[in-house]
Amino acid sequence: MIAVQDLFKIYTMGGEPLAALDGVSLSFDRGAYLSVTGPSGSGKSTLMNVLGGLDRPTRGTYTFEGEDVSGLDDDQLAHFRNQRIGFVFQSFQLLARQTALQNVELPMIYAGVSPKDREDRAIQMLGKVGLSERIHHRPTQLSGGQQQRVAIARALANSPDLLLADEPTGALDSATGKDVLALFETLNREGLTVIVVTHDASVAARAKRQIGFEDGRIVLDKVLRP
Amino acid sequence: MKRMDLVRSAAGAIIAHPMRSALTSLGVVIGVAAVVIMTSIGLGAQQRVMGAISGLGSNLIIISPSASRSGFVAQAAGTDISITGADAEALAKQLDGVVAVAPSVRGQAQLAAEGTNWNSRIEGVTPDYLIARDLSIGQGRMFDDREARQGRTVAVIGTTVARELFGEADPLGKRIRVGGSPFQVVGVLTPKGQSGFGQDQDDIVLGPLGAVRSRVVGRRVKGDAVQTIYLKTASEKDLDRVQEDATNLLRERHRIREGQDDDFQAQNMASILKASEAATQTFTILLAAVAAVSLVVGGVGIMNIMLVAVTERTREIGLRMAVGAKRADILAQFALESVALSLAGGVIGLLIGVIGTVILAKLAGWPIAIASWAAPLALGFSVLVGLVFGAYPSWRAAQLDPIEALRRE
Repeated sequence: MIAVQDLFKIYTMGGEPLAALDGVSLSFDRGAYLSVTGPSGSGKSTLMNVLGGLDRPTRGTYTFEGEDVSGLDDDQLAHFRNQRIGFVFQSFQLLARQTALQNVELPMIYAGVSPKDREDRAIQMLGKVGLSERIHHRPTQLSGGQQQRVAIARALANSPDLLLADEPTGALDSATGKDVLALFETLNREGLTVIVVTHDASVAARAKRQIGFEDGRIVLDKVLRP
Repeated sequence: MKRMDLVRSAAGAIIAHPMRSALTSLGVVIGVAAVVIMTSIGLGAQQRVMGAISGLGSNLIIISPSASRSGFVAQAAGTDISITGADAEALAKQLDGVVAVAPSVRGQAQLAAEGTNWNSRIEGVTPDYLIARDLSIGQGRMFDDREARQGRTVAVIGTTVARELFGEADPLGKRIRVGGSPFQVVGVLTPKGQSGFGQDQDDIVLGPLGAVRSRVVGRRVKGDAVQTIYLKTASEKDLDRVQEDATNLLRERHRIREGQDDDFQAQNMASILKASEAATQTFTILLAAVAAVSLVVGGVGIMNIMLVAVTERTREIGLRMAVGAKRADILAQFALESVALSLAGGVIGLLIGVIGTVILAKLAGWPIAIASWAAPLALGFSVLVGLVFGAYPSWRAAQLDPIEALRRE
């Protein structure tokens, strides 16, 4: 189970405290598929950063499969991100100088996986997202949808427990966006926990549970499908 | 992160911008090449001076007249010749651990024989001179003490003089005129070649002290005076003691009171060697220091480009952190990149330095010696430059906040 309890994230803006997270509690089980919606500045990105181990809450607890994540230091958080979390970004965040294969290998380099195992695993993951024919292409030689699938393969490289996708379809046309969402659904059916942050109501509607944010608080928590 | 992955990532980043990397390394290339060439020149000069000094003879103490003072006016050294043949005899009799005592006068003289002539250095010496100066007779014999005392006009000549005056003919027994006075050749010295100072050591005539003084250099050296007394000690460790004893004895003989300046100077080869070694070392260090400045400038260039690289690659840094890079991994990645840039410059600079040194030696005829420590020093320094000047940019990279970094355009 993954759970956050009474989460606060308070920034000081021009001397005024500003709560990006204002007492957020949320829990979900392995295999959940959540969408998080809300206007810009509502705190949904901050929640994603805390869940992804990129940021620490000002107050509150975060437990991940029984592990207290809120007490980890920088290096422990790096390890946590490496092993537990797969990130998918709106702008893909692929390294332009490297091939699809090398991009997918990146998290495994930091995990200390041997070059041979890394390559095998990366080829396997690229196959899973349907890019077996493109493993030696560089990002600039791939379409947006293909780039996002490379990014998803990268996110899956170290077999994470939680896939965090921040506007994954935001830079894609609606057809390729649907392909990406279909891929998420497949992965979710295989047991991966998925959280998608989005503005897009149609994207949010494809999740099994929808969380709505406003002013740092959860204002909507609706189960869409079992 | 494994070592090989770090190396590959650094190499990839450098190759991604070949022109920029080359220009960045250029500062270090120039710096290292300059250090190598400068130290080689310095070391070459040092070796040549050392060779020149030790070529004068080993375990040698040289006593010469020093500047005397008339009232408050210092005269040039050797103006009044204050040491004599009697001093030399006294030194020979009273000092322990002395192998040879050789008083000498010298001059330049026109030589003539069999219709040709030649200008050469002539020294009036005693037979001990050969021992003191590590010379030997190649042909014939040295004149003996008796001949020297009697003022016989016999001479031992160097091979250059023999060749110039007699060509291929045997010079032994021939007569030569030295500045107008006839001398008979009784021996020829074993060739010694050029001295370290570039002087032909075989272009010399040795004659008995008395005869040379009275007939050749008499106008400048009066009475029993000599210009130099060479003292050779049995071993190097005797040098300082013998020098002190000789100084004391001469002060006594010259009636120099406590606190008064000596009217002669005694120097031993060891101290001359040490002094000139210190001087040439200072020279070498100075040259290297000037060259090292360009190495520092090269380092600043590396720091500049590394800061640019960190800024350019902020998103890459954020992404790497997001997928599990620790701050230490980022630090290591950029530090290695900086060291690789600098080291590549160092290797190229070393090659250019060595080639440049050889070319300079050929073209300019400078004495040059590449130090054995030049390579490790140059490479070590370039690694150090990379580390020092890469430290700040790498630290900046490692301190980035991953969220901010990912958001950067």
